[in-house]
Amino acid sequence: MVENIKFSNKYNFAFIDESTKKEIRRKLLKAVAIPGHQVPYSSPEMPISRGWGTGGLHITLALIGRSDVFKIIDQGSDASVNACNLREFVNAMTGCETTFDTSKATLVQTRHRITEEELNENQIIVFQVPLPEPLRMVERYEYKTLQMHAEADYSKMWVSLYEAYVRYGAIMQGSGYPVMVNGRYIMSPSPIPRWDTPNLHQAKTLFLFGAGREKRLYAVPPYTDVEPLEFEDVNFEIEDFSKSACYKTGFKKAFLDELYADDGSQKYVISDSNFLDKIDSEEETHQYTNKYIDQLEPYDVERG
Amino acid sequence: MGYVAVKGGTEAIHNASELAEFYRVKGNTAPIDVKQIRAQMRLAIDKIMGEGGIYAPEYAAIALKQAEGDVYEAAFILRAFRTTLQRNYYTEEINTREMFVRRKISASFREIPGGQVLGPTRDYTQRTLDTAKATETTADIHSFLEQVEAKIDPEKLQEINSFGKVIDLLKNEGLLKPIDPSEDRKLVDITREAIKFPAPRSARLQMMARAETGGLMALGYSSQRGFGGVHPTVGELRYGTIPVRVKDAGGRLRYIGKIEVTECEMVTGSKPGKKNTPPYFTIGYGLCFGHNETKVICMSTLDSAMRRPELGAPANDQEFVLYHTEGVEAMGFTNHLKLPHYVTFQSILSNTRASVERSKKANLEAEAWRQLASV
Repeated sequence: MVENIKFSNKYNFAFIDESTKKEIRRKLLKAVAIPGHQVPYSSPEMPISRGWGTGGLHITLALIGRSDVFKIIDQGSDASVNACNLREFVNAMTGCETTFDTSKATLVQTRHRITEEELNENQIIVFQVPLPEPLRMVERYEYKTLQMHAEADYSKMWVSLYEAYVRYGAIMQGSGYPVMVNGRYIMSPSPIPRWDTPNLHQAKTLFLFGAGREKRLYAVPPYTDVEPLEFEDVNFEIEDFSKSACYKTGFKKAFLDELYADDGSQKYVISDSNFLDKIDSEEETHQYTNKYIDQLEPYDVERG
Repeated sequence: MGYVAVKGGTEAIHNASELAEFYRVKGNTAPIDVKQIRAQMRLAIDKIMGEGGIYAPEYAAIALKQAEGDVYEAAFILRAFRTTLQRNYYTEEINTREMFVRRKISASFREIPGGQVLGPTRDYTQRTLDTAKATETTADIHSFLEQVEAKIDPEKLQEINSFGKVIDLLKNEGLLKPIDPSEDRKLVDITREAIKFPAPRSARLQMMARAETGGLMALGYSSQRGFGGVHPTVGELRYGTIPVRVKDAGGRLRYIGKIEVTECEMVTGSKPGKKNTPPYFTIGYGLCFGHNETKVICMSTLDSAMRRPELGAPANDQEFVLYHTEGVEAMGFTNHLKLPHYVTFQSILSNTRASVERSKKANLEAEAWRQLASV
């Protein structure tokens, strides 16, 4: 009954047809040319739910070549269930080698984290973005935010940060802290923790962002200024882990996940699973450096 | 490869999907034949094709079976399948005046050209649970079919053709708003480019044709109930079959088959215009694959509503209607909340803890001052 030539054929390399891949690459070039600017694109449906990484997948599949080595993380972990599913999909559609080792990957896809280890000029990192519009929290209409970006009219955003400070004594933005890119566009760095935000600044790596459901792509090219929004006297701050340390390694200078055991006791562990493995086995690592984490000690002094 | 949980994650998802498949068949009953689903779940199939954006009844039936009857999931499967197909042709404009009408009704006139044709509808039945369906046999179906077929006069069948449209009556009398040269005629393809606002009518209608029936119904209903105040009249509601044609390389029109559609033309008053312009009628339009009357009624209501923006009326707001009735996207995003968010949560947690600390400290200080003042 069901007869369809396409049905019996294999899928195209990297699932998406070549003309659509070309369209996505063209839109990515535009995004790279205008750092922080959101570029609308076709966003074809994937066999993965909307909101579960389709935008990141579009970029990954449009860029990936046969010699690429692919790594994917979710919340910093290679083991996260959705990351496992997407890894298998990319592998099945391309046959590309996959890895957990951050330094060996050529293409990294991520949800909500940047790796603790610094990425270099030969690597690309692709972010899965749920809500690409940083102004959405202050302006619900798309046609208005478009105009605000065009006119660089960010007053509503600044006022909202100020209001949070007046009410609660801090800017209160959690993850996805809004940043100013290249002195021009306010951009949502996707819901990465504030810990990761400074690593976007003057980085060696190309950062690409894909929001599939909202059909927007944007980029931060290497060596671009990315500054978290802050006031002269009220500053951006990263999460404070000074009172905690990874229970496995004693390491403190990394983003930590908070765990609760059956008895309700609390402990912390390094969020980046590959970084945890490397610290645990005392392998060499090249962590990002920035003015916030450079002041931190990797271990408690008494541990030596 | 280091971290044990990596293996665990992959194993866990494999086991979970195997278990889901086990749940589908664990009753150990005979498999449902896809042909049966296609024939007996007609309205579910039509919904799936409409929301999936592809006219393929067999595939819709397979998807419904695969998804254990979840129409949202089945529509999503079809959408994903659709993107793997190359678009070879754009069909020529379909002309619903050529429809082989199976059902057509008008609420605006008692008699219409060709009469009111009720066709297949459950509108005028009592919705009592028919427990006889539990014991229905193949013989029952055969005898029912024979009985119905015996009533059909084959000679009369030839006479049925297409009928004139109700809106033509209004148009000929000059009651419809004349077509304005400034009318929005921009044709976009929402499957190839992201929608932009304000969206042209072509984009709005395409979005709604693929929208989720329940979403359209909620907003269409809100408009009728008073949030926007459109209470339109069904000019004509039709369900039937229309031919589809494409142009071949030589420019000749080729008939490639026929599809079933439901169409609704909804008559509403136009928004107040300049002084001395009469309150012409306007037509809200709805069209979808298969037989889905709720969908086209709400679609045509919303088509009218969106042409007159009004504060406080969600149904009149393009961005509100089009983004939030898109079932595949809405289902995906609402369900993504099941994904782990512990990193983002940690970030908020750290802010909230600091804020609670600050507030405690401030209260203590205030208390100290009060005590000092009372001494």
